[in-house]
Amino acid sequence: MEKRQYNITAETGIHARPATLLVQTASKFNSDITLEYQEKSVNLKSIMGVMSLGVGQSASVTITADGEDEKEALDAISETMKSEGLTD
Amino acid sequence: MTMFKGIAASDGIAIASAFRLTDPNLSFDKKTVDDSDHEMSRLHRAIDISKQELRTIQQRTLKDLGIHESEVFKAHIAILSDPEFLKRIENTILSQRVNAEYALKTVSDGYVKIFNSMTDNDYIKQRSTDINDVTKRVLSHLLGVKLTDPALIDHQVVVIAHDLTPSDTAQFVPNYVKGIVSDMGGRTSHSAIMSRSMEIPAVVGFQGDLADIHNGDEVIVDGLTGNVIVRPTPEEKHRYQAKIRDFQARTSQLAAFKDEATTSSDGKHPILAANIGTLDDLQAAIENGAEGIGLFRTEFIYMDSESLPTEESQFNIYKTVVQKMAGKPVIFRTADIGGDKDLPYLHTPHEANPFLGYRAIRMSLDQPDIFRTQLRALLRASAYGNLSIMFPMIATTIEFQHAKRIFEDERQKLLEKGVAVGDIKLGIMVEVPAAAILADQFTNLVDFISIGTNDLIQYVMAADRGNRRVSYLYQPYNPAILRLIKHVIDACHENQTPAYMCGEMAGDQKAIPILVGMGLNEFSMSATSILKSRALIKELDSREMVTLANKTVSMASTSQEVLKYVHQALDES
Repeated sequence: MEKRQYNITAETGIHARPATLLVQTASKFNSDITLEYQEKSVNLKSIMGVMSLGVGQSASVTITADGEDEKEALDAISETMKSEGLTD
Repeated sequence: MTMFKGIAASDGIAIASAFRLTDPNLSFDKKTVDDSDHEMSRLHRAIDISKQELRTIQQRTLKDLGIHESEVFKAHIAILSDPEFLKRIENTILSQRVNAEYALKTVSDGYVKIFNSMTDNDYIKQRSTDINDVTKRVLSHLLGVKLTDPALIDHQVVVIAHDLTPSDTAQFVPNYVKGIVSDMGGRTSHSAIMSRSMEIPAVVGFQGDLADIHNGDEVIVDGLTGNVIVRPTPEEKHRYQAKIRDFQARTSQLAAFKDEATTSSDGKHPILAANIGTLDDLQAAIENGAEGIGLFRTEFIYMDSESLPTEESQFNIYKTVVQKMAGKPVIFRTADIGGDKDLPYLHTPHEANPFLGYRAIRMSLDQPDIFRTQLRALLRASAYGNLSIMFPMIATTIEFQHAKRIFEDERQKLLEKGVAVGDIKLGIMVEVPAAAILADQFTNLVDFISIGTNDLIQYVMAADRGNRRVSYLYQPYNPAILRLIKHVIDACHENQTPAYMCGEMAGDQKAIPILVGMGLNEFSMSATSILKSRALIKELDSREMVTLANKTVSMASTSQEVLKYVHQALDES
């Protein structure tokens, strides 16, 4: 199991477009991937789950991946976070 | 054959088969089901078909209307591909032993509730509309009921609808939708305004039962007279085909006036401008020889969006408009939201009297953040062309001064940042009777006044323009209206303030002679009315029209008398 923490610096938080892209990235991997925010945790492959968390600016979120491709999954997610300007 | 009457709302005649755009019945009962496997396969089948349909619609809208209109369908597909959403529905079917319809609706309502409770995030709240829409689609397939998708229309039709929403018309493929019949609204309702801007013949305020028109019936829509003929006889159809040819011949004749100046026979030059709401309308305005844009309805940008439009997206639109108009004046009206133009993502409480309530400048001054964003976008765009701003629904001079202070504040802030800003004229729309009566006081403060007759008439006559039962009171030629308009124009001219008009009346062929006589400086109308108005004004002698205008305000007591004077004056000239 791999776990990483991110500080969301984007002004609009995890808004619709980045949320969709994060879900698309996560869906490419076989591992179970969850997004945790304020003690709530959702499936990162579920767009409705991600949006229902309402992650805003300067939130601290934890993403956990569990499975054979967990490391690759988290690397790809970190990349999307950065390219979408969610993290610095 | 059956003939019905309605209100002529958009010029032209169409003959095509009826396409009913109505809400289907999607009610169902909760059932206990033993064969859960069967419910699961029903669910998956309905979802698969829905996804296929959505892909077709998405591609069609992308091709015909653009990426923006197609985005919503992409969101719908994403919802149906959400593994968590599907798992919850499946679990509900299995654990509660219920039918697929009930499980789908329960899970979907659960999400809608969560999203609606996220009060600080309008974008996500708007997603609940998507969930509801997509749930309806899957339900329709579970129940075997046919949904009517305007985007799925694939042959020439006349759309029959109770009312049309902007999202309905956004999905119309212009070459297929030949005509529109609706039983709501008058000439100034949204269906009517949109059909004019799309140049689709339309009849609104249909005075029959829409249920008498069946899918596939042949229908003639006469947008010139307001007649709707269902299942016409061959003779009747023949007669209308000839009328269509006449109309087309007249339209091409008028095209000759496109690049000519608008000059009355004695050399007066009123400006003929267009009312527009979108960039598509802009093209029509230019093609019809508009000398300016007298009204850009910025609220369409807000209505076309699922969350508040950003400064950047507004700036790009405003900039494109002033650039394409190449130095010709463009007047932007700040967002006229509220009344009949409600925005779901703003969650404005429902009001008993929306037309007398929280709308337009009242909302802008109360929610200055939205207003300031719009003003910044306009200020930045002003560097690229000839841009003016007017505020809607101004009732008091204090409201105008307040709005102007906010404008000045944003202007100052941009200048301090070194942002280029053009020379902007500020005006008001006169549509509240109080502002019309006090026009002389306003002329000391504003750069121009634009009379918005659609609302002014309904407020002066105390009659809702969308209500069919009182629509007879919507009387542009009523001497009470004419006196008030003359009072406003005179007050403007006494103080060297230009007087414009941007309501439907400005393009009304019977009102134009009177308004020319009153010395109106700019007539702003639907693009399709410009050429015929130019042809009309060229025939008029403004001195004779002064006599006509004076006669209508001093001697007439009814609209009928006014019209009699107009006909006399036109016959003589």
